[in-house]
Amino acid sequence: MTAVTALADASAGWSWNPVDDLRQMWAYPFMVNAFRAGTITAVASAVMGWFMVLRRQSFAGHTLAVVGFPGAAGAVLAGASAACGYFVFCVAAALVIAAVPRTGRDAGAQEAALTGTVQAFLLACGFLFTALYKGLLGGVTSMLFGSFLGITTGQVRVLLAVAAAVLVALAALGRPLLFASVDPDVAAARGVPVRLLSTGFLVLLGAAAAEASQITGTLLVFALLVMPAATAQTLTARPVRSLALSVAIAVAVTWLGLTTAYYSDYPLGFFVTTYAFAAYVLARLARLAAGRLPRRALLPAAGAA
Amino acid sequence: MTTPARTPGAVPRQDTGTDPARSAAPVVSLRGASVRIGGRTLWSDVGLDVGAGQFVAILGPNGVGKSTLLKVLLGVLPPASGEVRVLGTAPGRAGQRVGYLPQRRSFDPSLRMRGLDIVRLGWDGDRWGLPLPWSAGRRDAGRRIAEVVELVGASGYAHRPIGRLSGGEQQRLLIAQALVRRPELLLLDEPLDSLDLPNQAAVAALVGRICREEGVTVMMVAHDVNPILSRLDRVVYLAEGGAVTGPPERVITAETLSRLYGTPIEVLRTSDGRLVVVGQPEAPARHTDRHTAGGRP
Repeated sequence: MTAVTALADASAGWSWNPVDDLRQMWAYPFMVNAFRAGTITAVASAVMGWFMVLRRQSFAGHTLAVVGFPGAAGAVLAGASAACGYFVFCVAAALVIAAVPRTGRDAGAQEAALTGTVQAFLLACGFLFTALYKGLLGGVTSMLFGSFLGITTGQVRVLLAVAAAVLVALAALGRPLLFASVDPDVAAARGVPVRLLSTGFLVLLGAAAAEASQITGTLLVFALLVMPAATAQTLTARPVRSLALSVAIAVAVTWLGLTTAYYSDYPLGFFVTTYAFAAYVLARLARLAAGRLPRRALLPAAGAA
Repeated sequence: MTTPARTPGAVPRQDTGTDPARSAAPVVSLRGASVRIGGRTLWSDVGLDVGAGQFVAILGPNGVGKSTLLKVLLGVLPPASGEVRVLGTAPGRAGQRVGYLPQRRSFDPSLRMRGLDIVRLGWDGDRWGLPLPWSAGRRDAGRRIAEVVELVGASGYAHRPIGRLSGGEQQRLLIAQALVRRPELLLLDEPLDSLDLPNQAAVAALVGRICREEGVTVMMVAHDVNPILSRLDRVVYLAEGGAVTGPPERVITAETLSRLYGTPIEVLRTSDGRLVVVGQPEAPARHTDRHTAGGRP
């Protein structure tokens, strides 16, 4: 693989000059594609992840991503592209999860149990597919933990098209989705189709998870899907600001991760996740420090009577 | 956003019962309405007219379907029979002319949204697409939200994350959310529940003020009529067989309630004017416990 030799040649070249380093990396088309794919994915994941964290549907998001693994492995086994497998399986899984009837307050728990069941079974299927397809051994690691090597221009185009579709849909649905996420009863009374939005959201989340899976691997999708959004929401309670911050963090950790992975011998998934984790820990510490400032005591009003 | 047809204060603030000769069209009217959930009839043959600017309490024992009545008025639940009109149209059609505060919900303490953002959702949360940053509507939104937050007295804490606020503070902001689009009818589902006594009194006073000063018709489901008793124009007492409506002093009496429930019921009046209903069917113990344990002598 030419990319691997190119990587070996380049490994010595870290110069502490960001412009030079970027120019050096971008001399290789595969790195340009990696940055393009990474950026597209980071933006889509950060925005979708922001809603996912707000809606407390991280478990569903994780499942959608994990389902991508048998999808990709199955697609390769069937002779199709892995990307196609990710998208088809993730979106199909989103529809299945959305189809689970939800009633009453325990809905979340019921959904979680079903989701977990499906997730375990499909992960096992993916394992079987990779065993059936003999030549995929290195591929399993990159499917599970991510890789930035060998991303083709065609793949970048697909990622861009899907991300654009997801963002446009989200721009259209954004406000009612936010309303339905935070305050479903009032939203429903105002005529917001809460249930339909929930389904639409899961489908979009499936597409975003399929994108993130192709960069960070199915097991590390939270690096882009949860961590930037959780960090941003820790830092500010203003929706627009927090959404923008989430995108900025996701793009930053992706670029830093790609750069570090390029100049070192260690895998991309580790670096992206570690940077995102570091950002989250710093944000929590900052919140903790801010919380030390004197503040009016907030007592729950319940239980007085 | 305001409707020209609205004439606050034009309707005399007195009970007119179900008088068909009433001049102004009722804000809410039910005729022989009944509702069934899961094959069980909650209430039936309920007739009711609520005039503009009235403050109405919906009372009754647990499980009688008080919240369900609000859901019928919202159009979320269709009535099994009878006719229901809200603001001159079918329920659910009046849109932003109806403000709704569902039964006590407290926000997750970890929810990172400011009180202002919650109020803002009431303004334009149901609109599709993105708001244009340079539009005039944005300024209007900011002004109206500040105004309504001021009205409920939440200016001091509306910028804080909603999950970190006390129950009373959250409730005020939720009332602001329900009010932000200048509704003509406000449906409140136990807004005083799980608040402490000072907050109950303060929120009750706030709702009374909104009703009087803003001319909003208020229908409030209440567990305890006492905090709002002095402000009420009329009460709706629900029972399985139907409902009685009228001014509180005429409805909350031993005679009326005994007839409504077909079982002897006593209404006691404490020295400070509080009413205690004893002997209601269905969970009477809880109903009275909550009131008598309220702490006031």
